[in-house]
Amino acid sequence: MSLSVNEGVDVKGLVDKVLEAYPEKSRKRRAKHINVLEAEAKDCGVKSNIKSIPGVMTIRGCAYAGSKGVVWGPIKDMIHISHGPVGCGYYSWSGRRNYYVGDTGVDSWGTMHFTSDFQEKDIVFGGDKKLHKVIEEINELFPLVNGISIQSECPIGLIGDDIEAVARAKSAEIGKPIIPVRCEGFRGVSQSLGHHIANDTIRDWIFEKTEPKEGFVSTPYDVTIIGDYNIGGDAWASRILLEEIGLRVVAQWSGDGTLAELENTPKAKVNLIHCYRSMNYIARHMEEKFGIPWMEYNFFGPSQIAESLRKIAALFDDKIKENAEKVIAKYQPMVDAVIAKYKPRLEGKKVMIYVGGLRPRHVVDAYHDLGMEIVGTGYEFAHNDDYQRTPHYVKEGTLIYDDVTAFELEKFVEAIRPDLVASGIKEKYVFQKMGLPFRQMHSWDYSGPYHGYDGFAIFARDMDLAINNPVWGIMKAPF
Amino acid sequence: MSHPVSQSADKVLDHFTLFRQPEYKEMFERKKAEFEYGHSDEEVARVSEWTKSEEYKEKNFAREAVVINPTKACQPIGAMFAAQGFEGTLPFVHGSQGCVAYYRTHLTRHFKEPNSAVSSSMTEDAAVFGGLNNMIDGLANAYELYKPKMIAVLTTCMAEVIGDDLQGFIQNAKNKDSVPQDFPVPFAHTPAFVGSHIVGYDNMIKGVLTHFWGTSENYDTPKNASINLIPGFDGYAVGNNRELKRIAGLFGIDMTILSDVSDNFDTPMDGEYRMYDGGTTLEATKEAVHAKATISMQEYCTPQSLQFIKEKGQDVAKFNYPMGVAATDELLLKLSELSGKPVPAELKLERGRLVDAIGDSHTHLHGKRFAVYGDPDFCLGMTKFLLELGAEPVHILSTSGSKKWEKQVQKALDASPFGKSGKAYGGKDLWHLRSLIFTDKVDYIIGNSYGKYLERDTKVPLIRLTYPIFDRHHHHRYPTWGYQGALNVLVRILDRIFEDIDANTNIVGQTDYSFDLIR
Repeated sequence: MSLSVNEGVDVKGLVDKVLEAYPEKSRKRRAKHINVLEAEAKDCGVKSNIKSIPGVMTIRGCAYAGSKGVVWGPIKDMIHISHGPVGCGYYSWSGRRNYYVGDTGVDSWGTMHFTSDFQEKDIVFGGDKKLHKVIEEINELFPLVNGISIQSECPIGLIGDDIEAVARAKSAEIGKPIIPVRCEGFRGVSQSLGHHIANDTIRDWIFEKTEPKEGFVSTPYDVTIIGDYNIGGDAWASRILLEEIGLRVVAQWSGDGTLAELENTPKAKVNLIHCYRSMNYIARHMEEKFGIPWMEYNFFGPSQIAESLRKIAALFDDKIKENAEKVIAKYQPMVDAVIAKYKPRLEGKKVMIYVGGLRPRHVVDAYHDLGMEIVGTGYEFAHNDDYQRTPHYVKEGTLIYDDVTAFELEKFVEAIRPDLVASGIKEKYVFQKMGLPFRQMHSWDYSGPYHGYDGFAIFARDMDLAINNPVWGIMKAPF
Repeated sequence: MSHPVSQSADKVLDHFTLFRQPEYKEMFERKKAEFEYGHSDEEVARVSEWTKSEEYKEKNFAREAVVINPTKACQPIGAMFAAQGFEGTLPFVHGSQGCVAYYRTHLTRHFKEPNSAVSSSMTEDAAVFGGLNNMIDGLANAYELYKPKMIAVLTTCMAEVIGDDLQGFIQNAKNKDSVPQDFPVPFAHTPAFVGSHIVGYDNMIKGVLTHFWGTSENYDTPKNASINLIPGFDGYAVGNNRELKRIAGLFGIDMTILSDVSDNFDTPMDGEYRMYDGGTTLEATKEAVHAKATISMQEYCTPQSLQFIKEKGQDVAKFNYPMGVAATDELLLKLSELSGKPVPAELKLERGRLVDAIGDSHTHLHGKRFAVYGDPDFCLGMTKFLLELGAEPVHILSTSGSKKWEKQVQKALDASPFGKSGKAYGGKDLWHLRSLIFTDKVDYIIGNSYGKYLERDTKVPLIRLTYPIFDRHHHHRYPTWGYQGALNVLVRILDRIFEDIDANTNIVGQTDYSFDLIR
């Protein structure tokens, strides 16, 4: 493979041309978010984590989505109240495929939608009284619920409700943790602040107020999985590898996770972080407060998985290190067979990525393992540290776009004509209409898992079935 | 913890089967036993049984505050849907930006189509100072980038709580040259804490008509022979609107569908992405004030719009998602009455074919008990059709349903001997319906994809016939209205019944004597 991509394409010229369509003020602002990666660059050279421009069709969500949808929602033995009008909880109901095992409606509530369904009178007179009642009713109808979170929608912060007071009072009354989360959708510039706010509430309302479970006995091999939402079972396909090298995964944050796992986390020896973007906050806090080291790892694709397993094992004794080598060797024949089957069908294919979280860099080597090239990538809600971590993965000449607008992405894709676009549901049909193979890389397009060795086989199969389906060949009418 | 590798390149196992392999099942057990600190299996089983009891139902129905699995969304998505049925129209949602991501996602997951709308992306500072600057910059950007013919402005609850004045803001933006003075920017205030998506639909239709027709009452507006039709919020709009146009064509009626999403939500895959396609032209929308009459296909999607239209001197007629023989008869007779044209012979033939199909299949429908849920109009239309088929609608539930709606449903039930065990539940949700089904069993559930959880829990088969349908593809392309539509609905119901019968008679040597080849 070459050391650079997009050779022979005037990518800089393309960017200028696309930006010409904007009114001047917006053009200047958007220009700072787009760049072409230079050789040896330490950073992508784009601004990030800045307000989206009005009226441009940003693909971003909001703080509520970051807290309820991402961080808190997957904790399966708690009920998460979408506090405010009915819509937010309705649209995010079962939309994310964060798999869990449980008896839904009895001891787990992950695919249900609980809302205080605000009416005009709640806006005018405040919703605290209603919230009291909501919590009482939940506790009565769902006696096995282990805790409750209050996920604030926009009006809560605007009308001055005191959800913290309600949480304290009701928690004392029902004897279960109740976590008030100030994740109103207008806070911050994207879902990212919602992740941060949600992390902080775990710190303040779990770590500060509850204790690790009595009888929990630590071992020297205790680790956690932080920032894996178990999309299509990702965390499971990761956990199985960590267990196999001899570690004990005491908590999953937050896919298929439970309140007890959150509570017991301060007893872990190491926090292993997959989605750095959404959960680095709590890992840093635990490092400071409890002295627990944390480490980023990447379980997308065999190259990164092997490297990560070795890095993780290096934190432990020789037995674990030996186990890691055994596990890598054990899966190697399956990995080789997957690559032998799919690489010839995918080699040299160009991919443009636009997603959130860690994936715009983390999935890159999984594509490289299949011989594919990344010609453009960008993040919905990254911060500077994400763009500093990105050049490690992508090559010179890669088009980088932060908080891309629907207009820009469409024009970039139209001009570069990659063989695959890897983005979200809102983008999927735009590019399929244009005749381009597409994979949703938030929901794994209803497939998965994509993490771990087991997930890599599925990833390879899915990229092949998208790119090599005959439908792309029948698009043009012969008349 | 060593185990063989189950995954293979030859036969790739994904989530459907991978996690059923022994190594994963054992892992789940370990996680549960060592780390989850959950409740004992006995306790979970006890509570599970309790949630199915009469006692639980009473507690569940005593709820006053928490809403669980409702059958309603919020106003803006309805307003957005309505706006997207007009030619070249870009919805502009004033308020927080995450909302728009949600609406676009929801509609896309149902129609499997792109969905375009922009946000004014208001954040904390706009919450303090108001969103005027967001409107000014936002309209300019949207106009320049996406070249719409019209921008329809609606609001999220954030903008409503802080009290942003759309009319003033839009004029301000025009004065700052965000868009030309004469560029159409209709608007609707769509607070999420009032009503639901069907009210938002009504607000946007009224907003668009107000823009083109003027605000003042004018009962003497000159009239022509054309007829307007407002479909309402409808997951089957692609198939239904096309069917309505076909029917109007057979009649020879000059019909304007006010908000026609059928082409916009069903664009071809031919290499070109069409951001806008089809829709009611702005010219036709303007001219529609001169129509003789306006028909609403969904009463609860259009109360304010119909009132407004009446004030322009038009006759108005309203239906409740008309499905089936009698309901279609009524619609056609109304079209005939308003247009002065007879019902075309071809439609009469289609009616006969539909009745023939019902006659052929009536034995499988007679006395079957159904739960129906969804929007108020859908529930009414579905209930009437079921009664017509000799089926028994038992639980009819709509979170958006009012007392008035409950009475309407009751009236329909009272008119048929098949309605005697039926009851309407307005303002209730799918967790209520779960209790109803456990305590008073039905044979089938009619609803949307969210009903699959009810099907899993109660083992009552689900028939997906209303928005949203996320886990089945392309149903929205087939009409449910007209005699042809009724035939589609009939077949969908029958297919599910037959699949159910087969699934219950397929144990070799035990039940398969009834596994009949011919049914």
